[in-house]
Amino acid sequence: MQLTALVLILLGLTYAGFRMGRRRAVAVSAGRAEKLHSLPAYYGLYLVIWCALPAFALLAVWLAFETSIVTELARGTLPADQQNLPKARLNLLINDIRNLAAGDIASGQADAAIRAAGERYKSLENASFAAMAVLCIALAAGGIAVGRRRIAPVLRARNLVERTIMGFLLAASVIAVVTTIGIVLSLLFEAARFFEQVSISEFLFGLDWSPQIALRADQVASAGAFGAVPIFAGTALISAIAMAVAVPIGLLSAIYMAEYATSRVRAFAKPALEILAGIPTVVYGFFAALTIAPALRESGAHFGLSIASESALAAGLVMGIMIIPFVSSLSDDVITAVPQALREGSYGLGATRSETIIRVVLPAALPGIVGSILLAASRAIGETMIVVMAAGLTAKLTANPFEAVTTVTVQIVTLLVGDQEFDSPKTLAAFALGLALFVVTLCLNVIAFRVVQKYREVYD
Amino acid sequence: MTDPAAFSPAPALGGSSRTALRIGAGLARRRAAEKRFRAYGLTAIVLALSFLVLLLGTIFSNGYTAFSQTHLRLDIEFAQDAIDPEGKGDANALADGDYQALAKAALRKAFPEVKNRRAKRRLYKLVSGDAAYELQRMVLADPSLVGQTRTVWLTASDDIDMLRKGNVAVGLPESQRRIKDDELAWVAALDKQGAIERRFDTRFFTGGDSRDPEIAGVWGAVVGSFFTLAVTLILAFPLGVMAAVYLEEFAPSNRWTNLVEVNINNLAAVPSIVFGLLGLAVFLNFLHLPRSAPIVGGIVLALMTMPTVIIAARASLQAVPPSIREAALGIGASRLQTVTDHVLPLAMPGVLTGTIIGMARALGESAPLLMIGMVAFIVDIPKSPFDPATVLPVQVYLWADSPERAFLERTSAAIIVLLAFLIVMNLSAIILRKKLEKRW
Repeated sequence: MQLTALVLILLGLTYAGFRMGRRRAVAVSAGRAEKLHSLPAYYGLYLVIWCALPAFALLAVWLAFETSIVTELARGTLPADQQNLPKARLNLLINDIRNLAAGDIASGQADAAIRAAGERYKSLENASFAAMAVLCIALAAGGIAVGRRRIAPVLRARNLVERTIMGFLLAASVIAVVTTIGIVLSLLFEAARFFEQVSISEFLFGLDWSPQIALRADQVASAGAFGAVPIFAGTALISAIAMAVAVPIGLLSAIYMAEYATSRVRAFAKPALEILAGIPTVVYGFFAALTIAPALRESGAHFGLSIASESALAAGLVMGIMIIPFVSSLSDDVITAVPQALREGSYGLGATRSETIIRVVLPAALPGIVGSILLAASRAIGETMIVVMAAGLTAKLTANPFEAVTTVTVQIVTLLVGDQEFDSPKTLAAFALGLALFVVTLCLNVIAFRVVQKYREVYD
Repeated sequence: MTDPAAFSPAPALGGSSRTALRIGAGLARRRAAEKRFRAYGLTAIVLALSFLVLLLGTIFSNGYTAFSQTHLRLDIEFAQDAIDPEGKGDANALADGDYQALAKAALRKAFPEVKNRRAKRRLYKLVSGDAAYELQRMVLADPSLVGQTRTVWLTASDDIDMLRKGNVAVGLPESQRRIKDDELAWVAALDKQGAIERRFDTRFFTGGDSRDPEIAGVWGAVVGSFFTLAVTLILAFPLGVMAAVYLEEFAPSNRWTNLVEVNINNLAAVPSIVFGLLGLAVFLNFLHLPRSAPIVGGIVLALMTMPTVIIAARASLQAVPPSIREAALGIGASRLQTVTDHVLPLAMPGVLTGTIIGMARALGESAPLLMIGMVAFIVDIPKSPFDPATVLPVQVYLWADSPERAFLERTSAAIIVLLAFLIVMNLSAIILRKKLEKRW
């Protein structure tokens, strides 16, 4: 690939710059290295910064904007009537042009105008790459030349290099914030477009969800309804079943491991439980759909109950198994952190171990336990693969765990997987659901962290 | 503790007989409650672990059979007029030959009594649709085969494979099974001749995806996972370590730093599918990066993995005692030199352990990758991070959705491969920690 070659050339130049800077520093010190402000390697790094920073920055900016500029220029060569096509058609045309330029087969009949545009696209692309390569290499070489002239014994190379590295460290720590902002903005932006077409109150309080929309104006189909209450209810139902499984099992396991188990049992059981958290969720989904759901349906038929094969019970049950370690691990930590003096005080008054646990240890550890349960709930609400594989697709407003319900994550996946059009409310609805999911889990996480932190202050 | 009055100070043993009686009366009940409580705890652990055993047991018992594949032995006549009727003999002409006809002819010869057209069609379906390509490869590798007759082992179709593995309910009435009575008879006849056997299935490990379960393999997904994780590692490891170093060693403690910290903790708990939405909105729709490509998947997973790496790296930087820093500063190192030359190398084992665990989680992640189109049906093995690809967990998801019974065992086998990778990664993390961990 040409780009790889260019990057390799730039890296080679950078390395040459390092060697050159180091040698230059030794040379300007005229054999008296103690006259240099910094170690010679810092002068090398100084040149590396001069060489690589501008060249790679240019490369990144160029690559980011190249495609859209070249496309725009190639589009300019199309006849006027084709330029004024609706946006979707135009995109198809541009795809054809790109395919032609890449030597692939275009989807439709390629007429002369499109062929010409394809040729132009190809030549522009080549010209753009050549210009980029020349400019980047020139910038790197020029950087080396300028930086090399500046190297002198009094140059405070170490301080300059360290300040630059510090800048990079700061930038790296800001990425997490940028990611959060990116998530919020992209969700808000797309959700706002959705709410232009569907009112917020319909979305939040509507009882009917059927996102199918006619793709063409002449097609016979429902207009689509975007009331998300059945989806929220389904999510709540499955999560509630999951929590009903995970909280008792997780909490009792944590209590047993922290208070009763011998150190050997604990050393075996704790990592074994954590394996449950390490198994990919797609495996749980497969297990739920393949083993648990048919087993439930058959046993239900035994007792005269009709259990859907995509019942909320199956998905919730398996999800509960998955989040057991989230409850048990953190609860175990907070129970172990309860000061021994509290237990001894209780034993001294004649209480049995279980009485001590229920009346002394658990109340003391309660904030931490609540925190762990909230975190587990947030995990359950945001869990995707299990419900995608084991829960239903149609939104139904029911509290019956034997029926099939759908969840927020299932809807996001079904709305966005496959072909999509980014101006239909059907696709945008996924972002509105994503926003709701993000807000709810964020609230749960923040509350959980707050509760846990508050607890820590009590005994430290 | 049942009643505070029961613990009122007793002046002497004899004087407290009433209290002692009251305590004694409740004692049996309290001891029983104690035993019950303890049993609940034990039951909970046993229950959780038996779920684990059930889960793994189901997967393994369903999946291990996929590592072998049924083959049929047929006498194939490499007839000149089917392969190369014009007698050109060059590779192009040989590649165009009708190899399907060879397999069909061999099957007709093996069972000359089959005359009915429908029955014939069923007969042809004993061998996999891939058999023609197997014959083609043989001829291309050795053109002198044309005109000869050879005994060849061909891949059997998935139905026959399932039958041999005991996954077909033979007891059902004929109309309810995919495999009819005459097919059973043919298979039995082949079995009698020793012309049917199960062999270790190398194609499962070396092949790409396919619509035919008998030739579908995981290699394409493994390579896709490799490229995706490589991108994730290249991004998440250096950036995560840099962020951790800054926050732990240099950041002033003010509101801004506090915000960054809260942010990282929250980001670690954001549902993974939300990262997928971010990837779709920003990388695909805004930056126009290629769909279905490991490069985009890698970036999305890197954003997801970074908080894990940062949290682990900070914890192990914190564990390096301040005396190391003071000693380095004392002999004239700058703050950055102290970190890069002394603190970071000492913290490296912990950082690496955290990174491996983060990578293991990224390997099992599929939801965000569904959002950026890594669910396409892709037969070719990806050659670079820019080619369309899928990853192991998504392959599991795709196969789990396929209706053929044979895909069930393929899915389980793919899960076994996935779990094997995860076990290797986690074990190496544990070993690394055991070997290199320092206690100060």
